[in-house]
Amino acid sequence: MLRQKWWKIVCVIMLLYTVVAGFLGSVPAKPILNETIRNLYFHVAMWMAMMITFIVSVIYSVRYLRTNNHLDDIYALEYAKTGIVFGILGVVTGSVWARWTWGAFWSNDPKQLGASIALLIYLAYLVLRNSMTDLDKRARIGAVYNIFAFAMLFPTIWIVPRMVESLHPGGMGNPAFNTDDVDARMRAVFYPGAVPGWTLLGVWITTLRIRLQLLAEQRLH
Amino acid sequence: MLEVRQQYTFYGVLLYVASTIFVLHLAMWEPEGTVWKGLFWMMQLFICVNAVAKSFLQEGRERLLYFYTIAGARDFILSKLLFNALLMVVMSLLSLGLFMLMLGDPTTDAVSFLLISMLGGFSLSLVFTFLAAIAARAQQSSALMAIMGFPLVIPQLLLLNKASTIAFEHVLQGGLFSMILLIVGLDVLLVALAIILFPFLWKD
Repeated sequence: MLRQKWWKIVCVIMLLYTVVAGFLGSVPAKPILNETIRNLYFHVAMWMAMMITFIVSVIYSVRYLRTNNHLDDIYALEYAKTGIVFGILGVVTGSVWARWTWGAFWSNDPKQLGASIALLIYLAYLVLRNSMTDLDKRARIGAVYNIFAFAMLFPTIWIVPRMVESLHPGGMGNPAFNTDDVDARMRAVFYPGAVPGWTLLGVWITTLRIRLQLLAEQRLH
Repeated sequence: MLEVRQQYTFYGVLLYVASTIFVLHLAMWEPEGTVWKGLFWMMQLFICVNAVAKSFLQEGRERLLYFYTIAGARDFILSKLLFNALLMVVMSLLSLGLFMLMLGDPTTDAVSFLLISMLGGFSLSLVFTFLAAIAARAQQSSALMAIMGFPLVIPQLLLLNKASTIAFEHVLQGGLFSMILLIVGLDVLLVALAIILFPFLWKD
């Protein structure tokens, strides 16, 4: 299925829709937020794409441990890499947004810290892999660490930042992603356009990277 | 276990704890509550890296092979987890005693801080035991321990630090119970993961 073209076309259409409707469409006018509410289509959707790619990555890691199929390991690695890219984009879009709403790019908010810790955990995955030369060993230990890192991702970005004071939307009575703040017009861009669009883009990038990796290995043999 | 055969490593860590606290004592006499608390958790982190990491990193390959022949992977990791947890609880108690002796006692509720520090030592040891098991498989394992370990323990340390505020202020802290529950839940998760995943690390 992934070799087919139609989903790439769908992805481009969705992203075009997201960008055009995201910048031109009308949004609810909120104090402080003003037009920055449009960041929902980019920042929030990218985090979701990151979570989805990390979930796919961990599924492939579990599969590797069950089957010892080398291909599963490459899939897990490349999906984790794409997830890291989306994570970095999520932090950057978030901090640009924070510049215009909180007043500074970086204010050591628990959410910002949690996100950067989560990225560090996954960067350590890449370092760990590169520190081993034996292919089987690298794949097996990488898979073990990937599952472990995924399990630690939940307290770092989902639980702990919610337990302390944060300026981030969704806590302390700040406006967030609920019925009062986001109206039907925005939902019409977010759910059919932004979330699947960015996710499909992630899958596309990953499949290209996987093919590149496989070609590089073929040349080695 | 390694600590019984090479007792000097155990005493080495003890000496490390004592001398670090003594340096802190010389440098800051009696710091106020928040500083004291922060220093205490940092101390726990470094004790843990030093004491727990050794248990895997310094075992020779032959000896691991020997353990492999006499015990299953699950029993092995369980015993390691248990031993390291006990070791860290003892270390936490010792360093807490030294802290109170040398840096003064800013706590108002020493018993609850004692309990939280025991819980803290226990949970830190679980994370680092499992990480040491991973890192022992790779080259340059002590550097890897730091790279993998520090981001992973930050959430735990934040939680512990926040939970231990109870021992310093008389305010009724909301959410303390859920924080403790979360730490315990994290421990359970770690043990479960270690039991499931360690057999994969083990076969070589």
